[in-house]
Amino acid sequence: MDSLPYSPILVITFAAIATYASRGLGTLLSGRLQAGDEIVEWITCVTYALMAGLIVRMIILPIGALTETPDWVRIASTVVGLIVFFMSRKNIGLGVLAGSASLACFMWS
Amino acid sequence: MTNPFTPKYPTVKSAFWGGVREAAGVPMLIMGASFLGFGSMIKDINWSIWLALYSTLSTWALPGQIAMAEMASSGAPLLAIVLAVGLINARLLPMVAALLPQVRNSGTPKWVYYAVAMIIAATSWVGTMRRLPDLRQDQKLPFLAGFGLLLYCGSPFFAATGYMLSGSVPTPITLAFIFLNPLYFVLLFLMDLEDPGRIFALILGAIIGPLTFMLTPDWTLIITGLVGGTLAWALGHCVKTKRGADG
Repeated sequence: MDSLPYSPILVITFAAIATYASRGLGTLLSGRLQAGDEIVEWITCVTYALMAGLIVRMIILPIGALTETPDWVRIASTVVGLIVFFMSRKNIGLGVLAGSASLACFMWS
Repeated sequence: MTNPFTPKYPTVKSAFWGGVREAAGVPMLIMGASFLGFGSMIKDINWSIWLALYSTLSTWALPGQIAMAEMASSGAPLLAIVLAVGLINARLLPMVAALLPQVRNSGTPKWVYYAVAMIIAATSWVGTMRRLPDLRQDQKLPFLAGFGLLLYCGSPFFAATGYMLSGSVPTPITLAFIFLNPLYFVLLFLMDLEDPGRIFALILGAIIGPLTFMLTPDWTLIITGLVGGTLAWALGHCVKTKRGADG
């Protein structure tokens, strides 16, 4: 991407540092934080909200090649994935396979 | 629930290989598919294959990598990207803090734990947490190391494969690869919907995300995470307190 005001290497490096910060701090604090602590619950909620926002955007308002797919194709493929997921007692592998395969099939025609 | 088998390894070395074997099944498949998708996504935004590998080996936490690639290619400011990745991967902090005390050995130098923290991510965490109680104390760290290292070393191969396959297979298949990850995360989040706070977080995130995108596309994810997450956490708190009072 020529339009970026920064180099991809820089973004990746900073993203890696921001990620290791949590791992390093977690090592430092190991044993002093428990699942169920309020701060842990809060971090989980922030992650869930942020990822939900990102995923909805990736499905409804995608970038790159997925913009070639009509909205209904992405939504229908997600629905197929969901149906298979719940019918297979929450088997993630099967759900992802079915949803992605239907996207390929929809686009083949 | 009883385990189908109780791994009692004769030696520390066999505990390491036990971890490798355990990771080689379903965990490897699921993680491999998502890194395949990540590779296709990096190709899709016209970055080189080396960047896909560099990100995979230096960050090794897929949700953050996807957010990074998505935001960078839509031109978000560097600060917004770093903050978003930091917030997404902040979940690793409590995961590492909860897992490491379980694998602690008296003789192991401290730096080893800082190195092992690098191979702790969602898949290796879930996969080892449930096995560790069955192992002898001195076998836990090698088991975790074997499990995490196989996934860590395998992921660049999957990312490279995804990168090279996309474009050389028919377009619908490339599109399906790119679609893998958003769908994977939708289903992953639907796995455990017990906690009211997390349910609120998903709903609020899905609503606030698109709304704030119209207002400030660069900062939408940070706002969605902090505002939606905090609100969800508080709401979840109310529900739990109420349940506690009722019961």
